Amino acid sequence: MNDNLYSYTLRIADDSLILGQRLSEWCGHGPVLEEDIALTNIALDLIGQATTLFEYAASVQNEGKTADDLAFLRYEHDYKNALLVEQPNGDFGQTMVRQWLFDTFRVLFYDALKHSSDTQLAAIAEKSLKETKYHCKHSSEWIIRLGDGTDESHTRTQAALDQLWRYSEELFFMDETDQAMIEAKVGVDLEALRPLWMERIQEVVREATLTIPTNNWKQQGGRLGKHTEHLGFLLADLQYMQRAYPGMEW
Amino acid sequence: MVTVTDIWHWLEDVSDPEVPVLSVVDLGVVRSIKLEGDSAEIVITPTYSGCPAMRVIEEDIRAKLADHGISDLTVTTTLSPAWTTDWLSENGRRKLKEYGIAPPEHEVDKSVLFATPTVVPCPLCNSRNTKMVSQFGSTACKAHYQCNDCLEPFDYFKCLK
Repeated sequence: MNDNLYSYTLRIADDSLILGQRLSEWCGHGPVLEEDIALTNIALDLIGQATTLFEYAASVQNEGKTADDLAFLRYEHDYKNALLVEQPNGDFGQTMVRQWLFDTFRVLFYDALKHSSDTQLAAIAEKSLKETKYHCKHSSEWIIRLGDGTDESHTRTQAALDQLWRYSEELFFMDETDQAMIEAKVGVDLEALRPLWMERIQEVVREATLTIPTNNWKQQGGRLGKHTEHLGFLLADLQYMQRAYPGMEW
Repeated sequence: MVTVTDIWHWLEDVSDPEVPVLSVVDLGVVRSIKLEGDSAEIVITPTYSGCPAMRVIEEDIRAKLADHGISDLTVTTTLSPAWTTDWLSENGRRKLKEYGIAPPEHEVDKSVLFATPTVVPCPLCNSRNTKMVSQFGSTACKAHYQCNDCLEPFDYFKCLK
């Protein structure tokens, strides 16, 4: 098996799965009906993307595992998602800040990955990019509406940005897996995306009358399987059926 | 003797489970059909990554071909080229409108924040005085609109390019 390709695919898949799971927690709890539907629509897109990515990872791994095995039967340290996406939903402002930081990254990432020499990753990126642009427009507009809204919505959104900013740096984390994939013309040079990401984030921040935190303390570890305490609880929910009834099928 | 044209014709009776007025052919989900002797291969593509209808569509295609005596069938899913609303047939667009769902218009520039949403004529009274209620509607492929004149709330099959 190509270890680097497997790990690389898994990181993308885990980001999608964990954020999709987080968003689906809003189902039935959205602030208004339209938003409830929007959040679960986005969750569905993310879980759809995760499914295709896990299927591909399983085929690269070539050990007879299925997409479901990878989604439901790994332990916490085997998940390689960025810490940002596992952070709790909090209030609607926190959910939207998390989503906007991620969506802005994801649009740039898929736009680059669609040129990958790996035809399956390129196809997944091309497909997912179209959906992700809708997500990004949705979350960016909410940040502006909330930031430039009432005192209450401004305060909460700024607090969310202050809280989540420390996890944004990890989206650009690269190690030898990334280097190997870049050399093989499969992967994306994340460092090259950083200035573009920052530009788009600043554009929205200005419109939203928010302030980018000056505290540059950064937290990372998710890409290496070192997670915040929140992931374990999320997995307990996500994996419950397969842990309680191994091999159960609908 | 069954031909590929026959199979295309049969699939016009297989409807999309979430938009039953459309066939899988109208929708552009069926990409190609191959026939060698008694065995057939049909390639389908999802509209959206998470579209929950794909498995049902595959089962319905199998059942339809089995009705016509073809049981040796492979259904393959392909992602590339990615599905676009441009593949919706003219017939499909007409059927959508008659059903009360506005067919896709020109693309909204997704990179422009707060862009004026696309003008979507009301499928009921044809008024262009409508408003977008939400970019995300009853399924992944639809947005939610309302007509300001006849007040009809309606689904818009949103543009995906």
